[in-house]
Amino acid sequence: MRRHRLLTIIGALTIAILAAAPALAQDKFITVASTTSTEQSGLFGHILPLFKAKTGIEVRVIAQGTGQALDTGRRGDADVVFVHDRAAEEKFVAEGFGVERREVMYNDFVLVGPKSDPAKIAGTKDIAAALKKIAEAKAPFASRGDKSGTHAAELRLWKIAGVDPDSGKGTWYRETGSGMGPTLNTAAAMDAYALTDRGTWISFKNRRNLAIVVEGDHRLFNQYGVMLVNPAKHPHVKKDLGMAFIEWVTSPEGQKAIADYKIEGEQLFFPNYRKDGAS
Amino acid sequence: MSDITAALATALGLIARLDARLVEIVALSLQVSLTAVAVAAGLGLPLGAAVALGRFPGRRVLIVVLNSLMGLPPVVVGLVVYLLLSRAGPLGPLGLLFTPSAMVIAQATLITPIIAALTRQVIEDAWREYEEQLRSLGVTPRRAILTLLWDTRFSLVTAVLAGFGRASAEVGAVMIVGGNIDGVTRVMTTAIALETSKGDLPLALGLGLILITLVMGVNTAAYVIKEAAQRKFG
Amino acid sequence: MHAPPSILPLAVHDLTFVAGGKTIIDRVSFDLRHGQRTVILGPNGAGKSVLLRLCHGLLTPSGGSIVWGGGQPHPERRQAMVFQRPVMLRRSALANITYALKLAGVPRAERDMRARAALAKVGLDRVADSPARVLSGGEQQRLALARAWALSPEVLFLDEPTANLDPGATRMIEEAIAVIHANGTKIVMTTHDLGQARRIADEVIFLHRGRVLEHTPAAHFFDQPATPEAAAFIRGDLIW
Repeated sequence: MRRHRLLTIIGALTIAILAAAPALAQDKFITVASTTSTEQSGLFGHILPLFKAKTGIEVRVIAQGTGQALDTGRRGDADVVFVHDRAAEEKFVAEGFGVERREVMYNDFVLVGPKSDPAKIAGTKDIAAALKKIAEAKAPFASRGDKSGTHAAELRLWKIAGVDPDSGKGTWYRETGSGMGPTLNTAAAMDAYALTDRGTWISFKNRRNLAIVVEGDHRLFNQYGVMLVNPAKHPHVKKDLGMAFIEWVTSPEGQKAIADYKIEGEQLFFPNYRKDGAS
Repeated sequence: MSDITAALATALGLIARLDARLVEIVALSLQVSLTAVAVAAGLGLPLGAAVALGRFPGRRVLIVVLNSLMGLPPVVVGLVVYLLLSRAGPLGPLGLLFTPSAMVIAQATLITPIIAALTRQVIEDAWREYEEQLRSLGVTPRRAILTLLWDTRFSLVTAVLAGFGRASAEVGAVMIVGGNIDGVTRVMTTAIALETSKGDLPLALGLGLILITLVMGVNTAAYVIKEAAQRKFG
Repeated sequence: MHAPPSILPLAVHDLTFVAGGKTIIDRVSFDLRHGQRTVILGPNGAGKSVLLRLCHGLLTPSGGSIVWGGGQPHPERRQAMVFQRPVMLRRSALANITYALKLAGVPRAERDMRARAALAKVGLDRVADSPARVLSGGEQQRLALARAWALSPEVLFLDEPTANLDPGATRMIEEAIAVIHANGTKIVMTTHDLGQARRIADEVIFLHRGRVLEHTPAAHFFDQPATPEAAAFIRGDLIW
């Protein structure tokens, strides 16, 4: 009798938990692990309604750093991964966690810094030279430090510049260990330089003294790739719905939708899918 | 200063025009937190009462553990629930990760110890007063627990409210297990975190003001009802 | 339906209770029989309340024995107790009684009727639906008495039931005790109030420092106390 009642209580609690998920599994949806740059720049807010109108598929976006997004895919917690770190993506595919990787679009990184410009680099076109000057001037630099795609790109650029930023840890090189927005908030608060993707920068509102100091170097281009989480590894992956999304963002229609997205008249992402796989 | 006035204006603006997205986020926040509170109360109240009345080896240790768990870091709870619910985890086949259910589980995990620990204190005090009378009437332990829970119901409202406050204010755990998906798992706190990271501090603070107002509203209502009932029942 | 065998007499033998290294009840022996109102009398701190709780089973003896009716099983089910401070549940006066009846295993259909009858006996039928905790101290103690009464116990323990009450309320309680006694319930009551002991007692157990100094019919006790402590207590001297 007592045991019976206990079971009833457990049952009621379970129902309560499940009832909190309205429409669960009722709609057609896929989960996409992507980056803060695509989500927070508003790109998804622009293109996903178009995709849903056409296919009826709802896309649920988890905005994470690239490293975390790939990990989410690796654990099978997303159907599609949409990130920007080619080396990490290729490793992800090589390890068998992802299939059907396609390059979708690129945007570019910009180096932002305080208007006082302590490293005297404003207007430079050469990102490597600029970073070198920052290190020499020991001017504050805010890094993501979170293994995101932007963080990976930043580390690549330091390498090109021949600077080991770890030597500045504790003094001028500050790792925030957080997303792009929080890192920009930090940079704004302490007049530091920071590397950011242009999309996040354009829609970022708390700039204070920050402005773009370096842009346009080809080494600042930032390629985005999309891939399906391997259904052979994770059988529950919604292969058909996920592929429908991948096909659409690489279709002329999807590519146009990406190109059409502008903030204050500025285009943020440049579609560059090519069928042969090269970009 | 101007940031704060801007936040106030933003908050009032959002409320005044009953912003549809705001309403959706507020509704989901309340739904998730209230469900979590219901689940946590269903577990924490009897658990706290049982620890208060029980005489078993390890009871003191359990009390210390329970009291310590009141300060569980939300991020750790979120991480543990995430690993449990992830497809690669033991409960993966349920497919609950990145759903409101996952957020309910995380919040309930977070606040069950709070409700249980506060309940234990309340019930233990009441038991001191009631024990002889109830034992004289031949009460069974189970019946004693139910009786005390019912008789201290006005004090326990405070314990449950403490749980609600923590659940609705929490961001670390729901961010991890919910994923802050627009329209699906975005609640007040994760929306605030998002707007903060977008640098839209007035909007973030505006949402914060609305959240605080909501929590205060729930607490005020509970307080008024409790006071009235307490006056009536003594 | 036949009446179960009586749980009386109560045979207490060499009863000892030690708490925190202090002997509170010290090798006490006595028999209690049906029909008489027994008053356990003694100064504060003599151990009266502890003795009552030991007999009722709320405390476990450190030594000695308590035997009901020659060894009846579950004697506690046929006893009730009224405490110095009434403990009222946060519910109506009536519900406080039906609760006790429920624990006693009284069928649901009978509870309400029996509870109302008990309330009427102590003159509380008007406040049946009032929350018990907002009643006055005297009313609460009458309700406690009604709650015990409703259980139709064979033995009713009362621990200083009027210690916190004014004379009017005390009188109502004493009248109710008289009626309960007349209906055949064995009364065992503690008090430190001599006047109350004179009014109620058929027999007196005089307790001093955890020991029974006298166990005699009331008239005998008050007229010719056998011990100097009892004599001093009756005179109104402070004894310890």
